[in-house]
Amino acid sequence: MAIEVRIPTILRNYTGGAKAVEGSGATLDELLNNLDKDHGGLRDRLVDGEKLRRFVNVYLNDEDVRFLGGLETPVKDGDTVTVLPAVAGGFF
Amino acid sequence: MLTITRAFHEKIIEHARRDHPDEACGVIAGPVGSDRPTRFIEMQNAERSPTFYRFDSQEQLKVWREMDDNDEEPVVIYHSHTATQAYPSRTDISYASEPQAHYVLVSTRDEAETEFRSYRIIDGEVTEEPVTVEE
Repeated sequence: MAIEVRIPTILRNYTGGAKAVEGSGATLDELLNNLDKDHGGLRDRLVDGEKLRRFVNVYLNDEDVRFLGGLETPVKDGDTVTVLPAVAGGFF
Repeated sequence: MLTITRAFHEKIIEHARRDHPDEACGVIAGPVGSDRPTRFIEMQNAERSPTFYRFDSQEQLKVWREMDDNDEEPVVIYHSHTATQAYPSRTDISYASEPQAHYVLVSTRDEAETEFRSYRIIDGEVTEEPVTVEE
């Protein structure tokens, strides 16, 4: 078993068009590093230095990881991680 | 070009007027590849702000999953500006990440008249497009 990671349209150029990819790791950070081996550049679109980029939402199963532990959120086999582009904007 | 029904056109304006002076936001979903907005989904502005909007992340996950299950995509993503014109701001452009979507902006700065405009935003480039309202 592995961890399924669901990829939004805008980032599928990093996954050869795949809607979902699989990876492993004990934390979200490890998972993203693991994914980056096969899908170079993907991590950089999600993480800026030590933090998730504000342009994306990352969910572990049904929860926004910002309300869990961010990049340090523990993950395990059988989990599903979903990435969505944040929809936001404003006046400036 | 955006083709939208009179009913959806009015719903967007009604939502923007109701939430004024805060920014209002939402989505109209449609079948993947159809370019036809068919299902209206009003979203909460998690920021509840007159100068910023952000879809509530939990609500967005639920709505995006429903679209996925129905083979739909966001055909229209709308929000309002309440003190400035209906043109994408720098922040709007930096967040825009649905290349197939029509980004609709309405401005409620004028009490009597609501500006309603539509754009494509791809790789940071904004292109305004005509809006056809179907009766």
